[in-house]
Amino acid sequence: MARQVWAAFLEDFLCELGQVFELGWQALKSIFKKPFEKANFIQQLEEVGVNSLPVVSLTAAFGGLVFGLQTYLAFHRYIGPGSESQGGPIIAVGLCRELIPILVGLMVAGRVGSAMAAEIGTMRITEQIDALFSLGAHPVRYLVVPRVLSSLIMVPILTLYGDVIAIFGGFAYNVFLMKVNQTLYVQNTLKYFEFWDVSVGLIKALIFGLVIAVVGCWQGMTAAGGAEGVGRATTKSVVVASIAILILNFFLSKVLPSSLS
Amino acid sequence: MSEIKLKLVDVHKSFGQKRVLTGVNLEIIENETIVIIGQSGSGKSVLLKHLIGIMKPDRGHIYVGGQDITGLSEEEMMKLSRKFGMLFQGAALFDSLTVSENVAFGLRRHTDLSEEEIQKVVKASLERVGLRGVENLLPYELSGGMKKRVGLARAIAYSPEIILYDEPTTGLDPIRADAINDLILQLKKDLCVTSVVITHDMNSTYKIADRIAMLYDGRIIEVGAPEEIRNSPNPVVQQFINGRATGPIEEW
Repeated sequence: MARQVWAAFLEDFLCELGQVFELGWQALKSIFKKPFEKANFIQQLEEVGVNSLPVVSLTAAFGGLVFGLQTYLAFHRYIGPGSESQGGPIIAVGLCRELIPILVGLMVAGRVGSAMAAEIGTMRITEQIDALFSLGAHPVRYLVVPRVLSSLIMVPILTLYGDVIAIFGGFAYNVFLMKVNQTLYVQNTLKYFEFWDVSVGLIKALIFGLVIAVVGCWQGMTAAGGAEGVGRATTKSVVVASIAILILNFFLSKVLPSSLS
Repeated sequence: MSEIKLKLVDVHKSFGQKRVLTGVNLEIIENETIVIIGQSGSGKSVLLKHLIGIMKPDRGHIYVGGQDITGLSEEEMMKLSRKFGMLFQGAALFDSLTVSENVAFGLRRHTDLSEEEIQKVVKASLERVGLRGVENLLPYELSGGMKKRVGLARAIAYSPEIILYDEPTTGLDPIRADAINDLILQLKKDLCVTSVVITHDMNSTYKIADRIAMLYDGRIIEVGAPEEIRNSPNPVVQQFINGRATGPIEEW
């Protein structure tokens, strides 16, 4: 019995994974096909990017502050008073490579991925997607491509923006609040922190952006069963995208080289 | 002899275990209004969506103007959709677009008209369905009947050859429903289109149909002029058109 349940679960999982890959591939292929839905693209750039700024600013600022706090404590306790300025590069590397891409990914999945699933799902159950087709607009090109493309562009930009805010947060906690030597803190950071550390975060963000948009659109496109179905699709889009982000993050951290030099 | 505009040959469609269409055969003649009747959930909407290519049959063939559309790619199907205008059951207006943008939607994609010409056609299409001064409203600001009218204006704006109506009078009060019937008749007269209407509203059916086809158990079980259907010896047809709960149709 348990074996049958697992087999059914595995079959569903593989089937859904296949659907996600198919939609993602179709969207990426369609990016260069005409007509390009410029108005939708610009609207999505605003939705994914500009409208996510407040939430990214807040999470990055507090992420940076708490990272600064814990790193300060660790150096203070285990290495000894006066060693706290060595935490600078650790804070910057940790934030840029791990914390900020994940935080931005999870925030955008919750804010934008869910909205994509809800909007497209509502369109699906009210036959608006069929109407698109009947009026000569390809649903993937009209709905999915602008969302995927804007996520691919905006999630890395948000991550870069989050990096700056968070690094400043860590710096502010150590230097302004805990009176760590500013010159040493900056010197240490610049000495060990590499551009590649930022790049790793941006590569991750690019992949997270793709995952968020494709999962959100896929859930919307396959929504069924009225308002309840749209609700389910919305929740599932956040859960699936968030889990995928955390799992992918580990493997990307493992695969991407720690340093180029 | 009138030309056959649409033809379905042995069309089958299943969703998982559920067999919805089990061998539909039907010919639709140019410029006629054919009404497909059947119970709710009998697969009428599925049938209509096969005609426009939104759904593909598991088996069988569909011909539009003599061309087999069953094997066409999505791109080719999109081009072919220019021939069709479809009024959806809930109108399916795009929520985020105004009435005028909704009506202009198909025009922008199916035609090469300039913006000025598009605005003229939008206005004319809305006037044709009896709407004025609603161009800048959003769909949520419209009543059910108005939504259907806007949906109809959107479907006819680019002058399609075939109009598909998915339950055009469902959810409307009797007066509004009759106004929609009149519109369907008027459009047929003015635009010389072939119309396929699916409904379970018999008043509407008798008013607009040149021919009636009944879908039952996944197949077309009877086709004929309204009088022929009215006098059909088939007990299933009689039970349905007379709206009786008892008879050979036991699932409802």
